[in-house]
Amino acid sequence: MKTTRVLAASLFAAFLGASALPALGAEAPQPPLQSWSFAGVFGRFDQAQLQRGFQVYKEVCSACHSMKLVAFRNLSQEGGPGYSPAQVKALAATYQVKDGPNDSGEMFERPGRPADTFPPPFPNDQAAAAANGGKAPPDFSVLAKARTFERGFPKFVFDALPFVGYSEQGVDYIHALLTGYKDPPEGKEVPAGTYYNEYYPGHLIAMPNPISDGQVTYPKNDQGEPVVPETVDQYSKDVAAFMAWAAEPHMMARKALGFRVILFLIVLSGLLYYVKKKVWADVGGEVHGLQPELHKTY
Amino acid sequence: MSAHATTYVPKSRFAKWFEARLPIAGLIHSSFIAFPVPRNLNYFWTFGAILIAMLGIQIVTGVWLAMHYTATATEAFNSVEHIMRDVNYGWLLRYAHANGASMFFVAVYIHIFRGLYYGSYKAPREVLYILGVVIYLLMMATAFLGYTLPWGQMSFWGATVITNILAAIPVVGDTIQSLLWGGYSVGNPTINRFFSLHYLLPWMIAGVVVLHVWALHVTGQNNPTGIPIKSGKDAVPFTPYATIKDVFATVVFMILFAWFIFYQPNYLGHADNYVPANPAVTPAHIVPEWYFLPFYAILRAVPDKLGGVVLMFGAVLILAFAPWLDTSRVRSTNYRPIYRQFFWLFVIVCIVLGWLGAKPPEGGYVLAARICTVYYFAHFLLVMPLVGLFETPRALPGSILESVTGPGKQVSGSGMPAGAAASPTTKG
Amino acid sequence: MADTVATGVAAPHGADGTRRDFLFLATGAGLAVGVGAVAWPFVSSMAPDAATVAAGAPIEVDLAPIQEGQIINVFWRGKLIFVRNRSEKEIQELRAVPMSELIDPQSDAARTKEGHEKWLVVYGNCTHLGCVPAGHSGPYDGWACPCHGSLFDASGRVRRGPAPTNLPVPPYAFQSDTKIRIGEESGGKAAA
Repeated sequence: MKTTRVLAASLFAAFLGASALPALGAEAPQPPLQSWSFAGVFGRFDQAQLQRGFQVYKEVCSACHSMKLVAFRNLSQEGGPGYSPAQVKALAATYQVKDGPNDSGEMFERPGRPADTFPPPFPNDQAAAAANGGKAPPDFSVLAKARTFERGFPKFVFDALPFVGYSEQGVDYIHALLTGYKDPPEGKEVPAGTYYNEYYPGHLIAMPNPISDGQVTYPKNDQGEPVVPETVDQYSKDVAAFMAWAAEPHMMARKALGFRVILFLIVLSGLLYYVKKKVWADVGGEVHGLQPELHKTY
Repeated sequence: MSAHATTYVPKSRFAKWFEARLPIAGLIHSSFIAFPVPRNLNYFWTFGAILIAMLGIQIVTGVWLAMHYTATATEAFNSVEHIMRDVNYGWLLRYAHANGASMFFVAVYIHIFRGLYYGSYKAPREVLYILGVVIYLLMMATAFLGYTLPWGQMSFWGATVITNILAAIPVVGDTIQSLLWGGYSVGNPTINRFFSLHYLLPWMIAGVVVLHVWALHVTGQNNPTGIPIKSGKDAVPFTPYATIKDVFATVVFMILFAWFIFYQPNYLGHADNYVPANPAVTPAHIVPEWYFLPFYAILRAVPDKLGGVVLMFGAVLILAFAPWLDTSRVRSTNYRPIYRQFFWLFVIVCIVLGWLGAKPPEGGYVLAARICTVYYFAHFLLVMPLVGLFETPRALPGSILESVTGPGKQVSGSGMPAGAAASPTTKG
Repeated sequence: MADTVATGVAAPHGADGTRRDFLFLATGAGLAVGVGAVAWPFVSSMAPDAATVAAGAPIEVDLAPIQEGQIINVFWRGKLIFVRNRSEKEIQELRAVPMSELIDPQSDAARTKEGHEKWLVVYGNCTHLGCVPAGHSGPYDGWACPCHGSLFDASGRVRRGPAPTNLPVPPYAFQSDTKIRIGEESGGKAAA
């Protein structure tokens, strides 16, 4: 047993040592972790934040980024930004949606309906790429789940656990990216059509800095003051939160159901444990452990 | 078939009539009710039941997902998102199926290492064990096919890499590859046939599981001492003793499963698979699902394409030879002081290989993967034959009962009727 | 650990038996509830999904191009609907049919909108087993089902079986004399 432990310890040490290697060569800095209302077991989306985030998307991002899988009706569904169905209907009607063919076989445009998905800013990927320096801006629908960064050992192990868990890589990365436009460091070549970003892998991103302080006017409170600061940092948080919802519109239902399911399973397994104990008492109890010969007699 | 010399007595007239024509009740009775179970089994023996539960969950959630899924290159990604967004509880079905695959592998790895530790592969259970290796191979194929179906970047590039691996097979490789693709590259015909095969293989797994359980019930279960059941006092009937224990363990395992479904549903997946498949761009970091990582590390440890593929498949197939590579007279590693250390070293090597499989194939990682690969094979080809020859095992207890109670002590209550317990042929 | 719990629970025989029965019952009930609860998402997932439900929005049909005697097909919620422009003569004949002759007695007036009697709007699937009856055929100049021979008149009423009931009228309302909206009764009430 002793030798096993020594072996295990030395291998574990080698493991740790090797995992430290990539840290030396790591280029992209780790995005700073933000505090998100929807993180954790009891996480919930902040409706006001989702509405602000949608505003940022609508007024800024949607000029280039599509959101093809999200429908207007989603904006009024439970667990989302909490618009009323009437608001959604009015909003949808402000968009022109391609439909058809009609009886004469032609495609036509009509005002949007809640059942429609957000019409993309470009008719296809090729057009999107052509208008954006050769690279189509990614669709927003699941982008918050499609972006991540390496957490490294041992953090990634703890990330899976209750209460210390972490699964907000996507939103933290998006927030970091939007606030990560900096002057390139001395000697860093930035070719035309690319921009220096601290958090983009490789640092050279094709998207120019999309947003600046004060660009989006948020709703004011009764005193006519903005409720949250109109800064890039706040815009980034809000739009990232909105994207988290767009990528996972049933997240709140999922977490709520999960709580009940796990509680139920814990109670049930407790009951089963005692039933099993009772049943095995008939034959003198049950033996546990890997080495039954070490167990005491009953 | 001696295990089915059943003690079942049909009670009603209909039951008698039916039993005379199809003795299925007797089969169930002898397999899952009266079947003698060694009384000293620990919780590692509940993973068989957990695996059957996971297979059932995967099949049921899979059948339901197939009601909403579209297996075409243009629509697959969107149909998965349709399931996530619009289908009632679609997110639950999909997350249960995706994480269910991982939980299935968690359970099967524990099951496999349990078998290796307690020598469950040794005579007379060789066929039982090899059927298990067949199930494991089918699981790997099913999991790979399933992972391609959402048609994200990882799906597409996983399909590309794996089908290119098969192209390394001499002579017929290219033909196999183009038959799998149904075109000149991974595309619409590929996803369509992968879906068909992904639906087919689980039923084959279920079939081999029946054989696996059948073989188990002929040879009887191994146990932590590795010594066979000698009298009725060594055993308890499957129901209620093993049944309630299995149900309890399965429900506890479901807590872990539920945690991943509801709170970490994407932890075991890859973010890149939420990017729709794009044949023009390979993700920066292309790695398989975690349960394939040790084999992936072995593949990359070899600088030669064919050599890597041979070693990778060899790493799975060598498992099937364990019954003849292990020369020890004693089954359970509990009584093998030297082999025990090598066993845990082997476990650690497998874990380290898994970790290396997720790292880029450069510098120290490749060297580490090569060292671990050498040990992986040496464990089977050198350690198993040689340690068995030179090691002096510790004294085995006189019987299973004695291992529980200590020598010469009695236990309250009785076990199996002697006749029932003696029926499985556990000589060896 | 094992024996402490075992002796801790041990009680005089009768009470122990009751407690044991209760424990077994509670656990069995828990398992049954669990299995039942698991079934629900599977059943629920088979219901029409949110996209399908939302897409079932009312549709508008322009009646202006439909000639007298013409039947057009439209689809609402994926279901076939006939819109028929009937002649005055047909309407008179339909009104003259005594209720006693009908399998599923219903007046023509009850199947049309007041002031727009020449327009018949009915679901286009036979009430027997769902085939599409052919228009302007059969002895009643309504519809004749090719599958099992059911006959309908120009009001969509069944005149000969095996179809048990008339072709149902979908919810719709006139927006103007030449425009109807299918899927909503007048007053904007959405169809169930």
